[in-house]
Amino acid sequence: MDFPTLLQVLDSTVRLATPLLLACLAGLFSERSGIYDIGLEGKMLAAAFCSAATAAVTGSVWLGLLAGIGGSMALAGLHGLSAITFRGNQLISGVAINFLAAGLTVVLAQDWFHQGGRTPSLLGGARFEAIALPFAETLRPVPVLGPVYAELISGHTLLVYVAALLVPASWWVLYRTRFGLRLRAVGENPEAVDTAGVSVQATRYAAVAICGLLCGLAGAYLATALQAGFSRDMTAGRGYIALAALIFAKWRPWQALGATLLFGLLQAVALRYQNIELGGVGLPVQVMDALPYILTVVILAGFVGRAIPPRAGGEPYVKER
Amino acid sequence: MSQMPKWADLVLIPLISLIVAALLSALVILGIGEDPVAAVKMMVTGALGSTYAWGYTLYYATNFIFTGLAVAVAFHARLFNIGGEGQATLGGLGVALVCLALPWPHWALALPVAALGAALFGAAWAAIPAWLQARRGSHIVITTIMFNFIAASLLNYLLVNVLRPTGSMDPSTARFADGTHLPTLHDLLAPLGIAFSKAVPANISFLLALAACVAVWMLIWRSRLGYEIRALGHSEPAAIYAGIRPVRTVMWAMLISGALAGLMAVNTVMGEAERLVLNSVEGAGFIGIAVALMGRNHPAGVFLAAILFGFLYQGGAELALWTDIPRELIVVIQALVILFTGALDNMVRMPLERLFLSLRKGRA
Amino acid sequence: MAADAGTGTSSAPAIELRCISKAFGPVRANRDISLVVRRGTIHGIVGENGAGKSTLMSILYGFYKADAGEILIGGRPVQIGDSQDAIRAGIGMVFQHFKLVEPFTVLENVILGTEDGALLKPSLAKARGTLRQLAADYELEVDPDARIEDLGVGMRQRVEILKALYRQADILILDEPTGVLTPAEADHLFRILENLKSQGKTIILITHKLREIMAATDTVSVMRRGEMTATLRTADTSPAELAELMVGRKVLLRIDKSPARPGRRVLEIEKLCVTDAQGIARLSDVSLSVRAGEILGIAGVAGNGQSHLLEVLGGMRPATGHVRIDGKELDLSGPGCDGRSRRAAGIAHVPEDRQREGLIMPFHAWEDSVFGYHSDPALQSAPGLMDNARIRSRAGDQMARFDVRPPNPDLAAQSFSGGNQQKLVLAREIERNPDLLLVGQPTRGVDIGAIEFIHRRILELRDAGKAVLLVSVELDEILGLSDRIAVMCGGRIMGERLASDTDETELGLMMAGMKGKAA
Repeated sequence: MDFPTLLQVLDSTVRLATPLLLACLAGLFSERSGIYDIGLEGKMLAAAFCSAATAAVTGSVWLGLLAGIGGSMALAGLHGLSAITFRGNQLISGVAINFLAAGLTVVLAQDWFHQGGRTPSLLGGARFEAIALPFAETLRPVPVLGPVYAELISGHTLLVYVAALLVPASWWVLYRTRFGLRLRAVGENPEAVDTAGVSVQATRYAAVAICGLLCGLAGAYLATALQAGFSRDMTAGRGYIALAALIFAKWRPWQALGATLLFGLLQAVALRYQNIELGGVGLPVQVMDALPYILTVVILAGFVGRAIPPRAGGEPYVKER
Repeated sequence: MSQMPKWADLVLIPLISLIVAALLSALVILGIGEDPVAAVKMMVTGALGSTYAWGYTLYYATNFIFTGLAVAVAFHARLFNIGGEGQATLGGLGVALVCLALPWPHWALALPVAALGAALFGAAWAAIPAWLQARRGSHIVITTIMFNFIAASLLNYLLVNVLRPTGSMDPSTARFADGTHLPTLHDLLAPLGIAFSKAVPANISFLLALAACVAVWMLIWRSRLGYEIRALGHSEPAAIYAGIRPVRTVMWAMLISGALAGLMAVNTVMGEAERLVLNSVEGAGFIGIAVALMGRNHPAGVFLAAILFGFLYQGGAELALWTDIPRELIVVIQALVILFTGALDNMVRMPLERLFLSLRKGRA
Repeated sequence: MAADAGTGTSSAPAIELRCISKAFGPVRANRDISLVVRRGTIHGIVGENGAGKSTLMSILYGFYKADAGEILIGGRPVQIGDSQDAIRAGIGMVFQHFKLVEPFTVLENVILGTEDGALLKPSLAKARGTLRQLAADYELEVDPDARIEDLGVGMRQRVEILKALYRQADILILDEPTGVLTPAEADHLFRILENLKSQGKTIILITHKLREIMAATDTVSVMRRGEMTATLRTADTSPAELAELMVGRKVLLRIDKSPARPGRRVLEIEKLCVTDAQGIARLSDVSLSVRAGEILGIAGVAGNGQSHLLEVLGGMRPATGHVRIDGKELDLSGPGCDGRSRRAAGIAHVPEDRQREGLIMPFHAWEDSVFGYHSDPALQSAPGLMDNARIRSRAGDQMARFDVRPPNPDLAAQSFSGGNQQKLVLAREIERNPDLLLVGQPTRGVDIGAIEFIHRRILELRDAGKAVLLVSVELDEILGLSDRIAVMCGGRIMGERLASDTDETELGLMMAGMKGKAA
């Protein structure tokens, strides 16, 4: 593989890792507060549809972004309602939300746009444009570092940079603020938080809302930056890969960045090559597709360091005397 | 805590949940500018109005019985098997390998072996997540989701690179020999003097599904294994106290669950397509979750819920054919049913309990 | 100690409750409770399980809202709607089950919920200083940077007390604080409480251990069936009087029984060792024997290996060493070590926690009536199939013989009261006519009437020539039922005594880890 190709693959890794990273951080906030979320996929899908539909109608990517966040947060609210207020099964609620999004997006897209469950292609101001960082062109001739800066670091859409900044921001919120302390505490032992006079429900709702917000960014990125419009099931399992990355990262922000970059790389490679020669053995593309899932199972099995989820995860909190 | 009679818990709550889901779906239909009443009429005619319609409804219901039972058996051990999709995919592979392996002279010989193949492959695909849950404590929900994707990739690879006949562009196996052709409901009912549409996929697998309902009932409520599965599901420390081996019991529950999901492939792959294609499961594994939740994990409930979803599925297909309402509306209804019977259960239950409490007080 | 010690001039009582009532559906958990606790005193509240102590304290801490009544703190009426209100009113609570976040440090746990601002840094720094001060004032040293999961029970309790003090609590409520402490740790706790009292704090101590009430409190209230039956100066009362007030009639602190006639050795335990998943030794070189026709009681503070011993004997946990039943060696690991093979060897087991282990709560009583024995061929109608009709009819008879109320085998186990649930378990285990009966906490959470019934049944089994191994944290129960008593501390046997030759004081010393002289 020559240098320009490597750069291209890495560039596409960054693009593909971005929605995974946003969704993974979304799941991190939710699960750290003790609310399992297998509905990342559905929230992303809803956001992708809402953002693409709004952007298509209004021609404004910003309104699209807002609508995407709104759609995702509405589903997050539904998850909160069933998981927090009505103490239902969080896994089942997540499954339901995934189906709700999968069905509703296509039904509405068909009704509004009559294009077989797609939105119209987004043009111009209805999409996020690539941002050229300062001096990208001037520095390009510098050997190695120049192209890396110009191709790999510069030239992405706004949401890519936002996602990157969200990693340290999430870390800081979780470990350096009062809100983060309480959020982690409700995920570990909600009784301790409750008896300390802090509302478990409010803290968890806040976490679920952040999850909705970040999934909204992820979905809007898919429909208005990575691609130009919504198509049915366009998340294509990314919500589940993000979930896998979250486990891989052991529910930590920096590790989440690493895990999503790894899974993004796998996707980028699978996209570019049909078969890969590794030490004389042909690796079919399907292996690349399946690798994130296989790696997650290996991690879950505890063969490569154990992934211990937040202790109160999945358990509805019932106030006791 | 039981302020409600048992029948209310078993019948009323799923029923109310269903009505709420139906009302919300009607709102969606209204919202996209169609007439819900006309839609329901069309669905009833399209799914129940003729033997042709019934032939499709029962065909879909057969799938959902198998996947619903699969989810229900695992639920009794407090295991949430979302892997029905992958297990059914592998079941299809088992059926195809059996059907292609020998020049089967008659379906009566092929069916038991194919069913065995489907069950074994489905069970095998459930075995790894089961073992990881039982031995390593890996959460089975996550592992079974992962195994769905791995199954899809595996089947994709096998169909494209291994099983595809030379020269074919289609990612599918060769057609099965005529000797594996299963009798349809038309064939089965004709000797009884009942005229059933010839052009429908419903076949003898429906009877197999009915038998599976009875077998699961026996397993859960009459057998020693079922007793142990239920006990383990309610309390693991208690199970250990009673000398029930958790690892073995989890394995059995999941193997049976996977086998049931795999059996679905007898209906789709052998009974309908007569070759193995990509994505022959078409989400039936997930519908099994809704069916099990709605059927309260009881085989009789699963049967009724499966027929209901068969109706929705076939009715939805008719709607998509004749109106502007896409098939995905059924996915919405399915989501609402899962939501109300599984996750927002308490939203329906709490007011109902209050109602029964005040009724009882009123009587006293 | 005088009841007015330390009070001085302040006239308003620290806490005053006026006619507090609380009902849960038809159950009236608290009825017209009135109570006055003076500032700078230690006030005890005693009562049986279900007497309403916890409900009352939950009302004080804002978990429940009283249906009627008034709460006055320092003479002023207050509304306590949630924990935040309670904290603001100066009430701190140390729960029986600690409310700590295990992966967090001590410091993080202390500031949780009472941080000074949106950022943690200043709060942590301030708490560090305050903690140092509190440690110096009250003998409450804890490493502020230690993680809770690395601390022992006694330390965790200190963190809970520190949490309350950090929130400037003037009134400290402790719910069964010594249940998991060794006597030495308990003594230290009482020293801390004395310290707190002398600094003007008010302390409410909830317990069912009369000894602690007598030793530590200035005044004491007794609760029974939701009512406050008496409030007394501790110096003016006696354990016997308190016990009588708790139960509502004269209690026989001694259980009537005939002398034991020990026969052959049924159970022999030799050098039994258990190490748990964290690598901590839970049982070390335990050797014991139980003869036919005798009850061996195991005394000890909860968590000193008694549970592990029962679990090993019941086949629930692997171990090393030797266990023989009538001379036959039992498998202590591998496939032959499970509840089923133990039952086959003639061991019946009434587990310590009937709701988590002994019964499947949603099962019908008839299904639970064979739990553990469900693979008995006599209960199968065909290989692998249960004979449900037969099991149901047998269950009905069994429930009648053990006076389970109501004797309806079709009810779910969870709809019976604690005492009747225990009778279900006892019926199942005793009617198998075992050679050895293991019993853990036979009367925990059981009403007085059922206690006597259960004790009688255990004694009858002994008199029928069976061996009984009894584990209980209630010293009275151990002393009353057992013929011989072995004391455990830190996973070791500290010594054995004949029940007729020992008393609470000696056993208490041994439970604290002091080896008695050889029996």
